Amino acid sequence: MIAYVLRRIVQSVLVMLVVALVSFSLFRFVGDPVATMMGQEASQADREALRDRLGLNDPVIVQFAGYIARAASGDFGISYRLQQPVMELILSRLPATLELALISGTLAFVFGVGLGVYTALNRRGWLSGTIMTVSLVGVSLPTFLIGVLLIWVFAVELQWLPSFGRGETVDVGPWRTGLLTPSGRASIVLPAITLGLYQMTLIMRLVRAEMLEVLRTDYIKFARARGLSDRAVNFGHALKNTLVPVITITGLQLGSIIAFAIITETVFQWPGVGALFINSVQFVDIPVMAAYLMLIALIFVVINLVVDLLYYAVDPRLRLDRAAARH
Amino acid sequence: MTHPFSRTAARRVATSLMLSAAMLGAGLTAAQAETLRWARVGDALTLDPHSANEGPTSTLLHHIYETLVRRDTDGSLKPRLATEWFIHPDDPTVWVFRLREGVTFHDGAAFTAEDVVASITRVTSETSDFKGLHTAVAGAEAIDDYTVHIKMSGPSPLYVQNLTNFFVMDKGWIEANGVETPQDFKAGEEKFTVRNTNGTGPYTLVSRDPEVRTVLAANPGHWDAAPAVTEIVYTPIKEAATRVAALLSGEVDFVQDVPVQDIERLSNTAGISVTTGAENRTIFFAYDMTSDSLKSVPGDNPFKNPQVREAMALALDRDAIRQVVMRGQSVPGGQNVPPFVNGHDPALDAYSAPDYDAAKALMTEAGYADGFSVDLHCPNDRYINDEAICQAYVGMLGRIGIKANLVSQSRTIHFPAIQNGEVDFYLLGWGVPTFDSQYVFDFLVHSPADGRGGWNGSRYNNPEIDAKIESLATETDLAKRDATIAEIWQTLQQDRVFLMVHNQLLAYAAKDNVEIAVHPENQPSMTTVTFK
Amino acid sequence: MNRIARAWDSDLAYSFRHSPVAVVAAFVALLIILAAALAPLIAPHDPFNPASLNLMDGFTPPMEPNAFTGNTYWLGTDNQGRDIFSAILYGARISLFVGFSAVLFAMVLGIAVGLLAAWRGGWVDSLLMRIADVQLSFPSILIALLIFGVARGVIPPAYREEMAIWVLIVAIGLSDWVQFARVVRGAAMVEKAREYVQAARVIGVHPVRIVLTHILPNVMGPVLVIATIGLALAIIAEATLSFLGVGVPPTQPSLGTLIRIGQGFLFSGEWWIILFPSIALLALALSVNLLGDWLRDALNPRLK
Repeated sequence: MIAYVLRRIVQSVLVMLVVALVSFSLFRFVGDPVATMMGQEASQADREALRDRLGLNDPVIVQFAGYIARAASGDFGISYRLQQPVMELILSRLPATLELALISGTLAFVFGVGLGVYTALNRRGWLSGTIMTVSLVGVSLPTFLIGVLLIWVFAVELQWLPSFGRGETVDVGPWRTGLLTPSGRASIVLPAITLGLYQMTLIMRLVRAEMLEVLRTDYIKFARARGLSDRAVNFGHALKNTLVPVITITGLQLGSIIAFAIITETVFQWPGVGALFINSVQFVDIPVMAAYLMLIALIFVVINLVVDLLYYAVDPRLRLDRAAARH
Repeated sequence: MTHPFSRTAARRVATSLMLSAAMLGAGLTAAQAETLRWARVGDALTLDPHSANEGPTSTLLHHIYETLVRRDTDGSLKPRLATEWFIHPDDPTVWVFRLREGVTFHDGAAFTAEDVVASITRVTSETSDFKGLHTAVAGAEAIDDYTVHIKMSGPSPLYVQNLTNFFVMDKGWIEANGVETPQDFKAGEEKFTVRNTNGTGPYTLVSRDPEVRTVLAANPGHWDAAPAVTEIVYTPIKEAATRVAALLSGEVDFVQDVPVQDIERLSNTAGISVTTGAENRTIFFAYDMTSDSLKSVPGDNPFKNPQVREAMALALDRDAIRQVVMRGQSVPGGQNVPPFVNGHDPALDAYSAPDYDAAKALMTEAGYADGFSVDLHCPNDRYINDEAICQAYVGMLGRIGIKANLVSQSRTIHFPAIQNGEVDFYLLGWGVPTFDSQYVFDFLVHSPADGRGGWNGSRYNNPEIDAKIESLATETDLAKRDATIAEIWQTLQQDRVFLMVHNQLLAYAAKDNVEIAVHPENQPSMTTVTFK
Repeated sequence: MNRIARAWDSDLAYSFRHSPVAVVAAFVALLIILAAALAPLIAPHDPFNPASLNLMDGFTPPMEPNAFTGNTYWLGTDNQGRDIFSAILYGARISLFVGFSAVLFAMVLGIAVGLLAAWRGGWVDSLLMRIADVQLSFPSILIALLIFGVARGVIPPAYREEMAIWVLIVAIGLSDWVQFARVVRGAAMVEKAREYVQAARVIGVHPVRIVLTHILPNVMGPVLVIATIGLALAIIAEATLSFLGVGVPPTQPSLGTLIRIGQGFLFSGEWWIILFPSIALLALALSVNLLGDWLRDALNPRLK
């Protein structure tokens, strides 16, 4: 077990190093940070001097090695754009993204499971058909358009909800939350819907498909035969069995929610890491881009590792498989 | 139709203001407390006054720090921390500044000549982003508490024009916090000045969350008349549609960057008014007119041929671009310098209507009856509708047989490509912060040498013109200097070095009761806002 | 019975005939695909030829004559004087081309990897699936952004315009192949263990032949479902990327680029610039999605 965990951790670190190296070799194609860091009066010599100071004239591999060495000691550098330590910037933006991901994930999960169960149980009903079709509208338009349309309807025309930002925030220790104030809660509604729509459709379809499978299994038939109520069978047995793969997949989606938040955060001026990243790309803020990509890689590596370890702990056959594969 | 969200927020802000006003004992009553919620596309990058020579950063810092002189909305220089300035009668290389008395920094320290000297030292240091504007400075000296001499390396008759974004810091505060130089990215440490301020300005920093919200409160100890706006809440909103939505929904009071297409809708909306005014910035096309061959496609360089350049000018329909692409928000022209700027000549600025037949005839005469292909490089995130202007011109060039492939990219790729001479044909915008043509010549016209010609992507190389440009820097006889400027412009127009498109107009949109004048450098001051 | 009659009588065709949603969706999708394919014949203008545009035609409302030129356009014009109707036809052509090519690319790559992993097993399988994990751990938007970055550095500017569309295809395709690989690998593992495959191996049939004739046909069902939904995803992904500023050049807009441009005119009153391209994109993506939905249910033998 320990050997297996160690091997997986080594693999994960390797994956992250590869991600970092790939990102690093790509940065010079994004643009020249010096072009935006210096005013138009700066002379060619000044620009060259700054490029030298930043080490941008070094070979990529040297820059990379230097970066990894500093990162290992916890120094991720100073943002070229906002002149603040990168780790601090990212950590200060992370709560906004995580809250958005959490709320939209919850919305997606609750509505996805609810509608999925309904459409599975009433497979041939007209309402189910309508739900299935309408839910596809949400994934048939680009996210940015949905966001702008929501702003137009709910912020400009109806003036029910704010169009941008997080509203009033409260600091709870190092965590800056918007969920404790009325304006903060109002602000999260539109971005959360925009971000969660796609996941909701996905979960709904998954739940429906899994439910339909489970409902056909023998033990559900036996349960019905034993005279258990529909309610007990549907929710006590069928749904419970459905939820395991659904939760797993939803968990695995967390990373892509955070990545897709780039679009939502930009449209709603939501001060999260996604908006920070896209602004950094436009400014060629290499330290922030590098740290963000490492963070995303880290999140995925951790999720994958946890899932693998859980499977390993739960399913003894995996151990045999691995043992066999090794010999 | 009141917005429930903004109403509660406004009430909360009003309450906190009343409290802070009461605590400060400034004698403000609740009725006088006015908050202005201000949105624009980007945030200030830093609060360090000498670290980022960039529009939004300077705009915000003008509220916290002050400069010796300031640029008024009509383009003229006005006294600020300096009450008087002149070239020393006995030494043309020395600028004399008489300073305002009775000014204090936010921390209570008195403002004296030593602070100006320390700030000059800081702004000319290695990591300053403004040092390019102070290259002629040899040193500064405090003569008495309220007189400063700035010694130049040679006569610099227009140096004072470079000081409109030169912010003055407190010497004692600089030393106490060890911030003698601006941010050094190599050092790996954040400077104290990035988040902390101590200026003499009309507002003090209350809180700042970069790219989220910056709150400023009126400085009760300021030397000038108290502003109508007592609190500023500054929120960047990057997406144009969201920014406009925020104004329409009443969540902000003032939007600085209004997309041209939304001006009409906003002015027709009850409760919102739009003010427009000229920006000190020209938008122009330029081409490499000296190299023998093109870089983007194989073949001879057609831009070397004056007839081709003339044909291209005849194909540019400036009025159509103004009408459709800019929605009327531009002033087309023929001379690549804004009307505010010394050296602007209405006669040279006149432009001809497009004439495609004449242009085609010229192309045929030049030996390009079948036209030619070339890449047109264009930024897509810098100027008002930059990409759309290029796109429109691609169509117009197509009508005289020139096939321009549009390469539109971020400014982070576009600008270095121009500076490195990698492009044949491009669009660029140019602001003139010194309000003098020399600034245009130094960067865009002089052949690349000795720190000049850094943006000369035309590769224009005319030794006679170079000599004239160099003479401008030290010429103290202003009449003679102006004559030289006029001569240079005559030659540039004859040689068709630039293909000027237009001057940009700025549009500010605000709630009806807010009155604000457009600033030619897009640096509005909230002290000038009045409420109706 | 000939082939057509047999096909008409098949389970799939039966299920299709009895699903009005599928019939309508197929009709709409086919209509758009045909219109896009025949765009040069149908479109009244060539929006991709800048020289044919008159800037003064810009912002003409639908069915109303332009104030300066007097020209009338069915669906109006955009900010460059492009006929929106023609731009939609040509734009759909680009969106569909990107979508189909990206899915094809992802499918071929995914099937190849999936089959190889299932067939060889052992360390090849582990390695390929680990690569798939890494690929999955990089969100598709980021992959596309990075690929665009590389392409910008590697491709000389003169070819960028022509290459942009291929870069887009690779970027979207690369973020999509893992799904195919996983499904194919899973299905192929099951098939591989079946007796008839074992038997074929024993009598010495070439592995490639076994894979192509026995295993591949058996995994085509799920592959088709993923491909259909993948097509809709790819078309939307193209639109999303254009919002982030990467994608086809503005002189040759796709549906997504048209929407991105039109989004700027949502508040200014020129509603037609965003409305019509959005309807076209919605109709296309929705009908393809509905077809994918139907196909999934129809191919699932347990849902009969």
